[in-house]
Amino acid sequence: MEISRETTTLPKQAVTKPILRKIGLHRQVKDRLSRYSMSVLTGSVCAFIVVITAALLYRSWPLLSSHSLRELLTSQTWHPMRGQFGFVPFIVGSVAVTLVAITFSVVPAIFSGIYLAEYMSARVRSMLKPTLDLLVGIPSVVYGLWGVLFIVPLVRDHIGPWADQTLGLAIPLFSRTNPSGYGLLSAGFVLGVMVFPLIVAVTEEVMRSTPREMREAALCLGATRWEATKLIVRRQALGGVLAAVVLGLSRAFGETLAVMMLLGNTVKTPQSLFDTAYSLPALIANNYGEMMSVPLYESALMAAALMLLVVVLLFNVLARLVIVRLQRTALA
Amino acid sequence: MNRRRKVEEHFFIWLMRGSLAAAAAVLLLILAVIFWRGIGALSWEMISQPPQAAYYLGGDGGILNAIVGSIYLATGATLVAIALAVPVVLYLHGYLGNGRRAGLVRLSLDIMWGIPSIVYGAFAFSLMIFLGLRASLLAGTIGLALVILPIMARTFDEVVILAPRQLAESTFALGTTRLEYLGMLLRQTIPGLVTAVLLAFGRGIGDAASVLFTAGYTDRMPESLLQPVASLPLAIFFQLGTPFPEVQARAYASALVLTAIILVISLLAHLSMTRLGRHVIR
Repeated sequence: MEISRETTTLPKQAVTKPILRKIGLHRQVKDRLSRYSMSVLTGSVCAFIVVITAALLYRSWPLLSSHSLRELLTSQTWHPMRGQFGFVPFIVGSVAVTLVAITFSVVPAIFSGIYLAEYMSARVRSMLKPTLDLLVGIPSVVYGLWGVLFIVPLVRDHIGPWADQTLGLAIPLFSRTNPSGYGLLSAGFVLGVMVFPLIVAVTEEVMRSTPREMREAALCLGATRWEATKLIVRRQALGGVLAAVVLGLSRAFGETLAVMMLLGNTVKTPQSLFDTAYSLPALIANNYGEMMSVPLYESALMAAALMLLVVVLLFNVLARLVIVRLQRTALA
Repeated sequence: MNRRRKVEEHFFIWLMRGSLAAAAAVLLLILAVIFWRGIGALSWEMISQPPQAAYYLGGDGGILNAIVGSIYLATGATLVAIALAVPVVLYLHGYLGNGRRAGLVRLSLDIMWGIPSIVYGAFAFSLMIFLGLRASLLAGTIGLALVILPIMARTFDEVVILAPRQLAESTFALGTTRLEYLGMLLRQTIPGLVTAVLLAFGRGIGDAASVLFTAGYTDRMPESLLQPVASLPLAIFFQLGTPFPEVQARAYASALVLTAIILVISLLAHLSMTRLGRHVIR
């Protein structure tokens, strides 16, 4: 038994050497293959932004080629049945609700971000961060429902009448033009809550990527913390904080469901904070079912998506480049 | 002079604390309102049955179809996103390092994160028409996967950045190929991947705009990849849109279910970050 075992193992060892070499080759081939496939995958993920732009451009081409861009972007009349596609009410609605949202959230968000980065210990921060993440994680539709259940009655019964009697008499922006409670103010406030954590997170990131020495030097010279913070914001982080606001703007601009549930969705250009309006994302989302029957209607919705995409891309590229540059100078 | 500076310092500290407190108060208010209004209409029937006849007029049944549908959609999208995001992030770290091209990839992922989900929905819809698909679980999964891919990739990426440099050095010193090193890197960063996956899953289950065109809506339980499927956010939206108070109350209950799912997933993500990470070499 012993002997036969010896004789079977010995030749095997002799054979393994070329196999080993083969295995080495095999490993290299595997390495090469995975490298190529991974690089192709990464490349295609990066190219995706181009693909999505091209696809939306292609789908909206029937509209863009039959109507002048000037007409689409300056006409107020939206009559798809008669072939009139003026996007002004939607663009104005989107811009207005975004501005209201930013007005509500920008100051508290920047201050919160600064506080997180400058004043808080790492331990407290790590406890607070999940709460902010939770605010990000709550779905849009839940925010919308909260708005319907809480903000809309508040605006309808208290804020609306109050604003109408005090400010509304003098400034048309605050006159209560619709008693329902739905409108720019409600949608804008809820949207403001939704973009708040994003602005906080980016502000914090930006503040933390500024050089530590600058802070230390200021504190050494007897500055208070707030004075040191002011110095850092003025000298280093201002661009980054603006980038945070721009990112918040672009997030608010594309938000769909919550805005759609609270804005009232009437095709007219809003005049007052209490007016109902219609946003570009809501236009797309509300009309997906019936788009096939009317000529050019689907193409118009895709054009709306394209507008959203172009604005958001522009804002995002700008803001991200500012932030990346800031972080690079901080490293150097 | 000194007094003025002190006052300024305190004023801004309290302003900042006030901002944070206000945000926390709003979060609590949201959760309280959703819980308070939802709990009244919530019943076992709601979460254990699909809608029966005349459900949207106040008939019997529940939203099981939407719960299951949402879980299918988010799971499918998460799997697709994992299959794409993991190789991309590993490639980023294994081959591109910290160079210009890595910056470009991160920039594109960040920008993709910023694209609104309604735009992904519109894109997936036109892709669907191009391929001759109808609104279905498959199409919804693709649309949703596009939304959560950048979220997952960037979250995972932020964890892989923290992996120690010595891991690469000692692994390469043993004569491994890059691919084998990436295997080690993946093993080291699995807890981070779990967090990223949970985060993306949570975002996916709550997203409505991308599945609106692509997944459609149905009162039936999801059965096949090629049939429309209901989802929880849309169930809330449609029930709220009916004129009947008892159906609207069901929307509140559905929102409570959705919020509870999100809370559990967030908690798991948080735990995975703190608990699973204990055995990782740092």
